[in-house]
Amino acid sequence: MASVRLEHVFKRFGNVDAVSDVNLDIADQEFLVLLGPSGCGKTTTLRMVAGLEELSDGSIFIGDREVSQVAPKDRDIAMVFQNYALYPHMTVYENMAFGLKLRKVPRPEIERRVKEAADILGLGALLTRKPKELSGGQRQRVALGRAIVREPKAFLMDEPLSNLDAKLRTQTRVELKRLHQRLGATILYVTHDQTEAMTMGTRIVVMRDGVVQQVDTPDGIYNHPANQFVATFVGTPAMNLLPGELTQKGGALMFHTFGQDVTLPESMRARLSQAAGRKVTLGIRPEDVHLSSDFVSNHPDLQMKATVRVVEPMGHENMVYLAIGEETVTARASNDWHADLGDVVTCAFDGARLHAFDRETEAALV
Amino acid sequence: MKQDTRWVRLSSIIVALFIVLPLLWMLITSFKSPSQVGITPPPWLPHPFTWVNYRMSFTYFGFQRYFLNSVIVAVSSTLAVLLLGTGAGYALARTPVRGRMALMVGLLVISVFPEIAVISPLYLLMRLLGWLDTYQGLIVPYTAFNLPFSIWILRNYFLSIPREMEEVAQIDGASPFRTVVSVILPQSTPGLFTAAVFTFTATWTEFLMALTIDSSTPFRTIPVGIALFGAEFTVPYGNIFAASVISIVPIALMVLIFRNAIVSGLTQGAVKG
Repeated sequence: MASVRLEHVFKRFGNVDAVSDVNLDIADQEFLVLLGPSGCGKTTTLRMVAGLEELSDGSIFIGDREVSQVAPKDRDIAMVFQNYALYPHMTVYENMAFGLKLRKVPRPEIERRVKEAADILGLGALLTRKPKELSGGQRQRVALGRAIVREPKAFLMDEPLSNLDAKLRTQTRVELKRLHQRLGATILYVTHDQTEAMTMGTRIVVMRDGVVQQVDTPDGIYNHPANQFVATFVGTPAMNLLPGELTQKGGALMFHTFGQDVTLPESMRARLSQAAGRKVTLGIRPEDVHLSSDFVSNHPDLQMKATVRVVEPMGHENMVYLAIGEETVTARASNDWHADLGDVVTCAFDGARLHAFDRETEAALV
Repeated sequence: MKQDTRWVRLSSIIVALFIVLPLLWMLITSFKSPSQVGITPPPWLPHPFTWVNYRMSFTYFGFQRYFLNSVIVAVSSTLAVLLLGTGAGYALARTPVRGRMALMVGLLVISVFPEIAVISPLYLLMRLLGWLDTYQGLIVPYTAFNLPFSIWILRNYFLSIPREMEEVAQIDGASPFRTVVSVILPQSTPGLFTAAVFTFTATWTEFLMALTIDSSTPFRTIPVGIALFGAEFTVPYGNIFAASVISIVPIALMVLIFRNAIVSGLTQGAVKG
C-alpha cells in the first residue's frame, strides 16, 4: 500500500473547469472519501488518479512516483466501478484472475490469491459461476475481489454501493469498512451519499463545482463545517439556516432574526465580536433545536417562538417542522412530544452547537 | 381483444404460406421424375418418389464442384468481412474519428449501391488484374460490398457495450488489442453472428458478379452453376430444384442455430444505434 498525492490538479473540458486546483494528501492506509453532489468533479478526480482521464494541469503521485503521464496499467491501482463492469463471459474465478494473468503472475500464485480473496469475501462457492448468475451483492463482491487479488498500491472506488438496495448497502458498508481494516488498504472512495462518507471515511473531501470545500474527519465535517454548503450537504435533515444580523447590546452579542432576538453564548461572542453589525446566517442542526420544556426553561437566552407546521412521527422520534418568520426550522423531538398544527411553541437552541456563516461568502465565521 | 389476436394469427398464417409455399414446391418437385414435372395440373405429391434428380445433380452436372466453390468464396468473404468489420466498427465506435458521421453515411451509401452499376468496370478491373476465374476475383469484391453493412452492425453492437469494460481491462493491464480480443469480442457474439449470417447469405446467393467474373466451370459458384444446368432446348427443373434444396440447407441451418443471436444482434443496434 502507498500514499497518494494530488498537487494543483486541474481538469478542463473546453472552458469549464470540471476539477479546479485540487490538492490532496492521502496517507498510507487511509480511507478517503470524495463527497459531493453529482457533477461536482469527484468522479473526474478519481478517474484522473486511475489514469482514465488526462490531467489538464498539476501532478499526481502514488507512493513517491509521479504517475501523471503513466498508463493506468502501470500505476498499480485497482478500481471498482459503479456498475461493477464484470466481464460477462468469464466465470467469477476468471474475472478475478484476468488481471493477474495479463501480468504474467505464475499460476499457483494466481490460484492462491483468488482463493484468498474469495475466502475473505465469501465467494468460495461461486467461483465457477458467470456474473449473470449472481445477485447484485455477489457481483459487487466479485468486483471487489478482482481489485483485492491485484494487491495494488491503492483502491479506487466509484460509488460501488449505489446499485445495491438499501438493506444490502448498509450491510456492505460495514463489510467494506472491515475489509479496509483487514487489508490495511489505501482507499479513495467516491460517493454522493453522505452516510457512506460519514460511516466509512477516515477523512472526507467535500467537493462542489470542481472545487474542494473542506477536507476533514467525519467529525470535523459534521461539527465544524467550513462553509454553508458543507454544513447543509452533510446531515439529514439538513442544518437549519436563519438569516439575520449580529447586534451588540450591552456586553452581550445578540442575533436578530424575524423580529426575535437570541443572546449568543459567551464562546461565540469571543469569536464573533468583530462581526457585530454584520449580516450573518445562523446555522443549527435539527437535533440541537430543543422543544422539551425542561431544556427550554433552562436556556432562556436562546429561546425562539415558532409555529408548528408539520409533525412527522418517525417511531423513535418526531420530526417537527417549525416556522420562524419565513424560514422553516426542523427539530428532532422525542416521540412523546406532541403539539397541534398551528400551535405557537417555544424552542431553544443548544448554544454550544451554533454555527454562523457570512451572508456574502457563506464561509463559516470562526 | 380476442378478435385482434385472431386477425394477427390469420395474417401470420397468410404471410407464412406466402413464404413457405414456393420452398415447399421446390422440395416436392425435386423428388419428382422428369416426366411428372411438366404435367398440368401438377400432382401435389411426387409419384413415384425418386432421388434421381439429386443423384444426377452430382454425377451429371458436377454440383459438388460448385458447392465447394461457394463454400470457399462465401466462407473466405465472411471471415474477411468479420475481421475488417471488427476493426473498423470498433474504431468508429470508440475512437474520436474526425468526420465520423460522414463516414458512416458514406458506408451506408456504398452498401445500397446497385451491383449492376459497377459490374462492367469491375469486370475490366478484374481482367486487368488477371483475376478472372479466380477465387480472389469474387472474394475481394464480396468483402468490399458486404463490409459497410457489417461495420454498421458491429459498430452499433460495440456501442452497446459499456465503456467501463474497456476501462477495467485497461487497469487490469490489457493492451487495446488484447481488450478487443479477450473482452469485447466474446461479448459481441450476437453482433458477430448477425454480420456473419448476413454476409454469408449475400455471398452464397450472389449471382451477377459470380456470373461475370467466375463463369468457367472450375470456379462457378452455386447460383451460376444451377443457372447453367439448362441446355439450349431443355430446362432440367427436377435437377435445378434438387440442387437448390441442397444449397439452401447451410443457410437454413445457420439461421436456425443463430436465430436468437441474430435477433438480439439486430435489436441491440436498433436501440443503441
